[in-house]
Amino acid sequence: MSRIREDYEKTAWRRLVHFINGDEKDMTEEAGYEVETEATTQRIHDEFFEEAEWNHRKEKADTMLSQYEEWPETKGVVYFRKLYNLIAGVICVAIIALLLITAAQLPSFGGTDNPASNEVAERYIEKGMEETGAVNIVAGMILDYRAFDTLGESHVLFLGVCCVMILLRLDGTESERVKKEAESNDRIYEPKNDAILQCVAKVLVPVIMLFGIYVVFNGHISPGGGFSGGSIIGAGLILYLNAYGFKKTGRFFTMKTFSVISVLALGFYAISKTYSFFTGANHLESFISAGTPGELLSAGLILPLNICVGMVVASTMYGLYALFRKGGI
Amino acid sequence: MGEILSGLFTNYYETVSMILFGIGFTTLLFHKNLLKKIMGLNIMDTAVCLLLAAHGYIEGRKAPIVVDGVTAVEAYINPVPSGLVLTGIVVSVSVTSVMLALTIRLYRRYHTLDIDEISKAVQKEGK
Repeated sequence: MSRIREDYEKTAWRRLVHFINGDEKDMTEEAGYEVETEATTQRIHDEFFEEAEWNHRKEKADTMLSQYEEWPETKGVVYFRKLYNLIAGVICVAIIALLLITAAQLPSFGGTDNPASNEVAERYIEKGMEETGAVNIVAGMILDYRAFDTLGESHVLFLGVCCVMILLRLDGTESERVKKEAESNDRIYEPKNDAILQCVAKVLVPVIMLFGIYVVFNGHISPGGGFSGGSIIGAGLILYLNAYGFKKTGRFFTMKTFSVISVLALGFYAISKTYSFFTGANHLESFISAGTPGELLSAGLILPLNICVGMVVASTMYGLYALFRKGGI
Repeated sequence: MGEILSGLFTNYYETVSMILFGIGFTTLLFHKNLLKKIMGLNIMDTAVCLLLAAHGYIEGRKAPIVVDGVTAVEAYINPVPSGLVLTGIVVSVSVTSVMLALTIRLYRRYHTLDIDEISKAVQKEGK
């Protein structure tokens, strides 16, 4: 059995409990302040300081937490930038040094011993004109021997326009504000009805178009071809658009024209090349003949394929420009 | 070292294309602006095209367009790299257009071209 001390009420601990509970009356009545022993003051002192320290620690922790949360935005970015610049610099120097050492050890420029000039290139040069009917060996190579490669290229261009259309096209579903912004920008930065530009365009556009058509049609007998000629025609269309505005070009080139041209050209390319590969692989008679090299209507499929590629490239160039400028063809 | 230097001077086209590639790569890595990054990528494309075109060249020979019916190998340069350069140019045009379109969309949404600002804004949106 524990024994209750008789003078329990007078012990320092009891007084402290009273003090903390706020029973001051008890304390003053029984003992008064002067009775507080040294030990009590010490304890009170300790508790008070414990609390203060607790508060202090909490404050510290809070500031640390907020610092931790802000760290990425204040110091983190700086450290990341420094580290990033260091690593990037090292990578850049290493790559340039590696590339330069490689360049120094490549086969000498313009030499005949270049391993790239192997039997493939020899075969293209020796038999190219005879087999494809194209005087321009590069045209014969990219539109006959490697026609699927060029088909892929045309599709890459077409896909590029499709992606830009998905990202930038403004139609009914877009907000009116964006549309208006695009139109006002168009008016501010590129004034229509510019007399000088219209005068120049009147003279230059037909010439540019004719030159582009010439380059496309002579792709197999001279330097040129679908890609370069198509770019020239596209440039002519863009010049016309800049001089006369979207209303005039809209009369002959709309979204529908673009899709019809692209689909027809790519479809014709794929089907005709499928036919020629099929007959060639199975040693069947093909009605496509190489013709006399050097004539305009020769080289079998190369001329029609050049025209297809030229149409795709021209509409792609124009389409990209129109999409970037006002968000619609 | 001297060997490498003399090699660099012999292959000066290749050297220039490597330096161009380095310039493009440095631009791509060090600039925060998205448009400048795209420019850097385009410079790298140009460097690759220059390297391919330089590799096809053979001293003293002509462009591969048959003249007067001569089809000897000794008369023309290598036609294969020309075709590859064509592919490279087409792909670079398409990729550049898609990158620019994406940049325009990013600018419309975040009103900045700084890649750090954009990623900060994206993180804030995620919270």
